[in-house]
Amino acid sequence: MEKMRRTMMFVPGNNPGMLQNAGIYGADTIIFDVEDAVSIGEKDSARHLVAEAIRTINYPCEVAVRINHISTPYGYKDLEVILPSHPDLIRLPMAQSADEIKEIDGIITAAEEKYGFEPGSIKMMAAIETPKGLFNAQAIAEASPRMVAIAIGAEDFIANLKTTRSKDGSELVVARGHLVLAARAAGVQVIDTVFSDVNDEEGFIAEVKRIKQLGFDGKSVINPRQIGIVHDIFMPTEKEIEFSKRVLAAFKEALAKNSGVISLDGKMIDKPIVDRAERVLAYAEAAGAR
Amino acid sequence: MNVLNRPGQCGTMESNDLMVQVAPAEQGSGIAITLVSPMIKQYGKQIEAVVKATLQEMGVADALVQVTDKGALDCTIRARVRVAAERAMQKEAN
Repeated sequence: MEKMRRTMMFVPGNNPGMLQNAGIYGADTIIFDVEDAVSIGEKDSARHLVAEAIRTINYPCEVAVRINHISTPYGYKDLEVILPSHPDLIRLPMAQSADEIKEIDGIITAAEEKYGFEPGSIKMMAAIETPKGLFNAQAIAEASPRMVAIAIGAEDFIANLKTTRSKDGSELVVARGHLVLAARAAGVQVIDTVFSDVNDEEGFIAEVKRIKQLGFDGKSVINPRQIGIVHDIFMPTEKEIEFSKRVLAAFKEALAKNSGVISLDGKMIDKPIVDRAERVLAYAEAAGAR
Repeated sequence: MNVLNRPGQCGTMESNDLMVQVAPAEQGSGIAITLVSPMIKQYGKQIEAVVKATLQEMGVADALVQVTDKGALDCTIRARVRVAAERAMQKEAN
C-alpha cells in the first residue's frame, strides 16, 4: 500500500524548538523548510540544524526537506549538507523541467552510494509554481523513479498568472485540475498548496473538501491545528468503509472461485470499484478506524 | 588543522536554542569556553564537551568560545558551533 500523505506540514528549518517538536502533531509528513522560511543570511545555519535534527531525533513520520532551488546559490550546498543525514524525501520548489529532477536524482544517487544508504531510499517530490512547470508537470513527475508526488505552490503560481487569491479558489481551478491529471498520468501523488490564514477554519474546511473532491491525495499545512481537520475530511464515512469491505470480500470470493465477473447486491463490481474500495480502507486505516 | 580568521557567531536567544560566538585564539592556547546556561549545574560539562568535540572534529585546535545556552539539545549545539566556526574560518565577512 502506498504511503499516505494527507498532511505535509512545513516546519521552519532554523527554529530548534519547532524542529524538535515537529513529530508530535500527527502529520503524515513533516517538511523541514530551508527555502522560504529561512533568510538568506541564515541558510548555512538552517541546513546544518536540519541535518543534525534528522540524524539525532527519531521522528514517528516521514521527514522531508524543502531545499532551495539548484539555480540559487544555496541548492547544491543544501543537498551536500542534508543528504548525509538521510532524509526520507527531498522536495524541490519551483520545478520547471524534467532536467532539474534528473540532476538532483543524480546527486542523491551519488550520496546514497557514498554513505552506504539503500539505493532509491531517498524519495523526491516537486512543487509546481509556474505555468511553465504546470505544462511540464507530467514530465517532471516521470523524470525519476524517486518521484512520489507533485504539489502546487499557489502563491508564486498566482503571482505568475497576474491574478490574486480568492476564497473560492476559482483562479486555481485549471491549475489544480491539470496537476491532478498530470499526477495520475504519471502514477504519483498530488498534494495541494498551503492555506495561509490559520484563523479562517471555515475557509480551510471548504478548501480541503474541494481539493479532496478534485482528486488530491493531501494538503500542505503550515500549522498543527490544520492537521486534524484534513485527516477528518479525508476520513471515509462508516457507510463507505462498510461497502468497501464488502466489495473486497466479494472480490476475494470471486478470485477464489476463479469467476471473472463480480456481483454485489445485484450490481456489477469491476476493477475501478475494487481499487476505490482499497483506497477507502487505506484512508480508514491511516485514521485508525478500521 | 583549521584556523579561525575572524569572530563568527551563530544561533539565537530563543528557548531550545543557543548563541555561540567563536573568536581566534593564539596558536597552542587550546579551546577556552565561557558558558552561560540555566542548566549549568546539570549539563554544563556535557555542553562544553559537545562544543569542544565539534570544534575538534572540524580541525579547530585554538578558539575562544562564548556560549549562551537556552536549553538546546546536543544536536542543536553541534549545528550552531559548526556554523559559527565555519563563519569564523572565512577570510572576509560576508
